[in-house]
Amino acid sequence: MSTDLQQAAIAETAEAVEVAAEDRGRRTKAPLSAGERTRLVIAHVFVYLAALVFVSPLVYSFFSALKPNNEMFSMPPKLVGAEVRWSNFADVFAYGPFLTYIGNSFFVAIAGTLVVLIVSTTAGYAFGRLRWRGRDAVFVLFLATLMVPAEVLVIPMFQVMQWLNWVDTYQALIFPFAFTAFGTFLMRQFFRGIPYELEEAARVDGAGPLRSFLQIILPLAKSAVAVLSVFTFLSFWNSYLWPLIVTVDYNAHGTLPVGLATFSGLTGTRWDLQMAAAIISMVPTTVLVIVLQKHLVKGIAMAGLGGR
Amino acid sequence: MRAEGRQALGFASPALIGLAVFTVVPVVLSIVMSFYNWPTFGDKTFNGVANYIKLFTASPDFWPAMRNTAVFTIVYVPLSIVCSLILAMSLGPRIRGRGALRVLFFIPVVTPMVASVLVWKMMLQPQGLFNGIAQGWFGMKLPNFLADPFWAMAMVIIMSVWQGLGYNMLIFSAALEQLPESVIEAARIDGASGLRMQWSVVVPMISPSIFFATIMTMITSLQVFAQPQLLTGGGPGNATQPLVQFIYNQGFKFQDLGIAAAGAWILFALIIIITALQFGAQKKWVHYEH
Repeated sequence: MSTDLQQAAIAETAEAVEVAAEDRGRRTKAPLSAGERTRLVIAHVFVYLAALVFVSPLVYSFFSALKPNNEMFSMPPKLVGAEVRWSNFADVFAYGPFLTYIGNSFFVAIAGTLVVLIVSTTAGYAFGRLRWRGRDAVFVLFLATLMVPAEVLVIPMFQVMQWLNWVDTYQALIFPFAFTAFGTFLMRQFFRGIPYELEEAARVDGAGPLRSFLQIILPLAKSAVAVLSVFTFLSFWNSYLWPLIVTVDYNAHGTLPVGLATFSGLTGTRWDLQMAAAIISMVPTTVLVIVLQKHLVKGIAMAGLGGR
Repeated sequence: MRAEGRQALGFASPALIGLAVFTVVPVVLSIVMSFYNWPTFGDKTFNGVANYIKLFTASPDFWPAMRNTAVFTIVYVPLSIVCSLILAMSLGPRIRGRGALRVLFFIPVVTPMVASVLVWKMMLQPQGLFNGIAQGWFGMKLPNFLADPFWAMAMVIIMSVWQGLGYNMLIFSAALEQLPESVIEAARIDGASGLRMQWSVVVPMISPSIFFATIMTMITSLQVFAQPQLLTGGGPGNATQPLVQFIYNQGFKFQDLGIAAAGAWILFALIIIITALQFGAQKKWVHYEH
């Protein structure tokens, strides 16, 4: 549907982002006129005010997680309660199988990401580097599947899971959405940019495609693989609709999003515990974003997609 | 060439088999299901286009769900695009702490939606933060946001803008960083500056990114589910229930997979039509350099 655009976005690969970064360095050094200085001050005020408004729900919920429950809705509202109760965080784990949810989420997201990486790099290699009859036609059909929204897929997918006897299993959480064409598309685009001479030399030395794929192409594609891993991990980690449908026993196979929703339903008016649970759920992905922020920016510049 | 063909088949087969089993089969099955009376358990019987007719004429929640999805999309998409564009343009290279601010705005995009919704649900309680501030500091009584049809939808939209802001902002930031310095410089020499330059020079130059972001945001907002499902439960009544929640309820609450499949195809048709219309309209406002 939007393949032209993605292609355009990808054409300006990571390099363009890096060039722009240098450009940025130059721009900062140019002297400012008086009018520009005023505008810069206004921009600072605006941006920081916006950030303050933006972050306040997160800050308020963090402090709410430290309150005793009877102070949750004090009037007028207070940021910090009479008592700072770190024990709320521990209580979350006593009230629900939160460690199981977190463990399940890690397992499903890591396993899912590995499947996506294997499938996308091999198929990306076949579509991007090898020559075979009908390649481009098959690839277009392949891409066409990207248009189908998940909602069309989940209903028959549930039926397929029933037939396979996969309802309420880990494999049902991992496999059904690990074969989308997006990863293959991303890897194919990246592989095509690698000069052919590199591979030719190895081929002359007698290396087959498997060896040249593993020893030459893959090591050169580290940054694309990193970007794909981050976005795939996040989409598995945050997936909500499909786990909600295919999981029956949330205490056994629930991932963090459905677990948190169940927890919220069970604890009802215990807003202190719900806030603590929400904050706990935000930690892993927030850490991931802070650590991998460069890859995220690069990934968005490369594909303008993912993370959903 | 032939050997390479065989090797290619080897490399592509995991993807092709997976895609056949988990995409092609479900798509075909979904078409079939939509023409059947297909309960989750029990006998399936062919009933032609009865599911579609039932949706359009006899399903009390269907048209409200269409309306809610339309309202959400029409308000949310422009609001989200404008806010993230303004933010990306203000967050220029000379802003101190730019990297940290970007990460901050991106946090809700990657945190589980359920957690973000819980935070908002707490603040929107009748005794929550908003009402607490209005009542405690200004002596004003605010509506019970989640119990009022208008405010419930407004809050679903505001919460969604907050949640998705960072994503489009990063798309626009990436586009802004790739603008050639020379063009900005030329515009400056011509006397363009400040807001006028942003509006008449910078915005047209990144219009392909704005187009891309608009299309993607529109597609995802037609598919909105988690925010209303968790924040309002689709209520009060069915005032905030979007199409996807309707489909979900039909399939997994009322166990009628045939109706659900038909509903999903209507959603798909809507997505295609609206996206095609946008591609048709892009000539009027999107400028491609090359």
